[in-house]
This record gives sequence, structure tokens and C-alpha cells, in this order.
Amino acid sequence: MSILVDHVTYLYETGTPLEHKALDEVCLEIKDGQFVGIIGHTGSGKSTLMQHLNGLLKAHSGHIYLDGEDIDAPGYPKKKLRSQVGLVFQYPEHQLFEVDVFTDVCFGPKNLGLPKEEVEERVRKALLQVGIPEEYWKQSPFEISGGQKRRVAIAGVLAMQPGVLILDEPTAGLDPKGRREILDQIKKLQTQTGMTVLLVSHSMEDVAEYVDRIVVMNRGKILLDGAPKEVFCHVEELEGVGLAAPQMTYVMRALRKRGFDVDEDAITVEEAAAGILRALS
Amino acid sequence: MGIIRALDVVYEYLKRDDDGNVTGSIRAVDGVSLDVAPGDFIAILGHNGSGKSTLAKHMNAILTPTEGCVWVDGKDTRSEEEVWDIRRSAGMVFQNPDNQIIGQVVEEDVGFGPENMGVPTKEIWERVEESLKAVGIYELRKASPNKLSGGQKQRVSIAGVLAMHPKCIVLDEPTAMLDPNGRKEVIRAVRALNDVEGITIILITHYMEEIVHADKVFVMDHGEIAMQGTPREIFSQVEKLKELRLDVPQVTLLAYELQQRGVALPDGILTIEELVEEIGRLKECQS
Repeated sequence: MSILVDHVTYLYETGTPLEHKALDEVCLEIKDGQFVGIIGHTGSGKSTLMQHLNGLLKAHSGHIYLDGEDIDAPGYPKKKLRSQVGLVFQYPEHQLFEVDVFTDVCFGPKNLGLPKEEVEERVRKALLQVGIPEEYWKQSPFEISGGQKRRVAIAGVLAMQPGVLILDEPTAGLDPKGRREILDQIKKLQTQTGMTVLLVSHSMEDVAEYVDRIVVMNRGKILLDGAPKEVFCHVEELEGVGLAAPQMTYVMRALRKRGFDVDEDAITVEEAAAGILRALS
Repeated sequence: MGIIRALDVVYEYLKRDDDGNVTGSIRAVDGVSLDVAPGDFIAILGHNGSGKSTLAKHMNAILTPTEGCVWVDGKDTRSEEEVWDIRRSAGMVFQNPDNQIIGQVVEEDVGFGPENMGVPTKEIWERVEESLKAVGIYELRKASPNKLSGGQKQRVSIAGVLAMHPKCIVLDEPTAMLDPNGRKEVIRAVRALNDVEGITIILITHYMEEIVHADKVFVMDHGEIAMQGTPREIFSQVEKLKELRLDVPQVTLLAYELQQRGVALPDGILTIEELVEEIGRLKECQS
């Protein structure tokens, strides 16, 4: 699904002295099937923007188009919107509540009014997509590990078969391996299904490794937008807004300063290793 | 004896069925012994479910051991009369700052702890001021906590603990919910408390970069201490850490990858400066 955000402005605490623009004339176009990382410090407007995309918040001015249709136009089916744009909140495992893993994932598609067979088919598929094998399906969602809980919660959104998947810091609080497992699975999903994926993240290393494009938000506006390598060239600008570049960018910069002829745009360990080997040979 | 000492600590969570009958138990901590010297900066690593948070909760008597013993500043945590003294000696900071702040104004929140201890009003204000200064947010003392960034809120939580004049602060993933700047602010504040005030720090984290300056690292797995040593000793064992679902800082991983491809670098490089230094030396040898 493609997304077009057209001059969207959103105000918090309107009519009070505390009124401020959480989003300020934001324009953003995301093509079908892209994997986009959204970064920005706390309060930069990224979550506010994400909540507009499935109609949880309504823009004070401007428009949002999904596959070319204005989601605020009268008659646009809101229910369809919510199933088409799946939003995985922070710590989604807090929303698990059913008696077992399988039933929990059924909740969404069942509410869409689908026949039982289709619900179960979708749930099986979603659970396998996030890497939860069958032996866990009858277990209580409260007795599995933290990483598994999080994946079950993501399966709950996938079972709605959305065209856009938005994940708000899906790896917060997970151990390094759990972090990688979840991101690998999301990447795999995105390549296999062609779903549009938006990943809100505080980890520069994660976005450097996984996404095709990075959008940097600051004070309700888009500050930078481009391929990871392009965005992470702007180290000073990123630091100026409370962010950073991946550690590898700093390694390469330090080496250059020391007189090594290495590319400064390496952002992953793999790229940095290759660059250093070239410089040493 | 150290400020915190654990001897053969076992902690079992009981599993119950719907009627409350015990159906089994899980050993979250299984035979842990450790001794933390005053003024140390200790890091505890471990995957989700390895038992590190359960262990941390023993360090200020939120939990008491099923078997074994924990002493905080020489006091046995099982002794109910001493629980308040223990909590005063060892303060705790948790992951989510929003769950730890109760005051409407930053300075009131920070004053809450000493007020409950019966500290005279004048001294409360002195403690609030010095605590806020120590974590670098004195200028925010009149602000409302819910208007602050994550890193600022977390520093309010730390100041709140600091105002109780603890000897030791246990921080359980204090940066998990923060953006890069917030993470930096909190870690900088914690290191300053350790360096300048000499407060013992026990930091639990999943971010490997945060602990390269620790004095000692403990790695937990299945409720046991699987590895212990200096950051350099621990992070030299890249494969072992990966088996334990952990990682090394990216710069350490880069050095390791280069080693694997035949570059003669020493083990356990922890910082960018060290790596650049070593590569510079190699280049000089070549020419």
C-alpha cells in the first residue's frame, strides 16, 4: 500500500496556553513495499504521525491518502482503514489477554467477521510468519518468554493482513539476540509479502542495518529523508537533534582523521570491515 | 565485606493453578554468590529471563532469597526490622520513568524520599538541590515531570534515589525506553555518581556500549552466573556471548571480524580510540 501525507498539521492542547504543533505541515510519500525507518528524539512527532496513518488521530489540516484515497473523506470505511494499517504499539505484549496464544491472535480477524476457517488459517500463517512454532499455540501467552510474547502480539496485527505495518520500537527491552530475531523476521515478512513497513526506532544501528530509507523527524517536521547512507552522512545535524550516527560511522570518521583512505559512509560492521581491509591492503 | 554480598542465593517463583494451589516452581536465581566492593561500578548482563532482574530485586530486599543469604551494607535482607535501613543504603531505579515519578513538580518528587525518612525540612531542600545538580537537571527543578524528555525523567528518578543518600544504586535497564541522547545523559549521570560521589553502581542493561567502563561484569544465564570479569575479558569472548543471546559493542565486533580475516589486532577492543590506535600501528608496521 502506498501512503501520501500531504501538509499535515496536528496541534496538542488546542485553545490552551500550552498549545503546540506536534506536526507542522508534514509531507511524506511512501511507496508500496518500502521498508522505512522513522527516527527522532522523544517528542519529535514520530508517534503522532504514525497514529494519523490509521486514523487514531485526525489532522487539524492537511490530508492523508492510502493508495490514493483520502482517509478522512466522508464515506471512507474507518474499519477497513484500521485493518489495512496495522499498528504495533510499544510493549504490545501488555495487550495480550486470551487463554492461549492461538486464541489471542484470533481476536482481531474474528472481529472482522470472517468465517472460522479463514480466521484460523490466517492465525496459523501469522504465527508461523513471526516464528512461533505450533507447540506454543496452546500455551498461555503469559507463560512464554518476553521475546515470544512480543512476537505473538505482532502476529495479532499480521493476522489482520494489513497492507501497511507500523511498529513503534518493537525491540525495546529485548536482549540483543531477541532484537535481531524480531528484526530479521520483519525484514523477511516485508520481502516475502511486499508489505509496506514503517519502523519507529531509537537504535541507529538497527535502522542502519535493516531499512531502505530513513525519515528523521524533529519538532514536528521532517529534517532528513533518504537512504541510510545519505542520512547518516549528516552526523552533526543528527547530533544537534539528540540523535547520533551508528557507531561504525564514528569509527570510519576517526580513521579518516588519522589519515586512512576509507569511505566515510560505511554504516554496518560488515561495510566497515570491508573498508578497513581495503585500506590496509 | 562488600557493600552487597550474596551467598548461594536461590530464588524460586511458585506456579499456581486457578485455585491458588502450588503446581510447581521455577528457579529464577540458582546458586548465585557475589561480592561487590564499595565504590565499584558493576554491570549485570543476561538475556530476557536469565534471572538478572530477580537478582537485582534481592539487592534492596524487594525479594528475599528462598535459600542462601544477601547482605546489604552488612545487614541481612531477611531481617524485617532492617528493611528500611537496607532500602536507604541501596536505592533502585527501574526501566519506565513514568512509573516512578509521583510529584507534580520535579523538586517535590525528589524530596519525597527524604521527607518519608523524616529528614528535617531545611535538609530536605539541601538534599534536593545537591541531587538535582549531581544528575545535571537543577535548572528543571520547577518543571512538571510530565513535560520532560525520557532522559530527563529518568534522571529525576535517579535524583529521587540520590536524595536518600544511598551507598549503592541498582539500576534495572534504566535506558531501555530512551532515545540516544537520553541514554547518553543517563549513563553520563550514573558514571559521574560513581566517579565523583563514590556511590556503588549496579547497572543492568541490554546495551553493551554502556558498560565498557564498568569495573566488573557479571553475565547471567539460567539463574546462574555464567561469566564474570572485566569488560575486556568478557567482550573478548564474542562466540560465548552470542551463545548466551548477547552481543558485544559494535566496535568490538568490528575488531573481531577483522581478526577473523587475518588482521593482527588484540582481543577485546572496547572503544573507537583503541581500534583506531591499533589499526594505525599496523599501518606503520606495514610501511
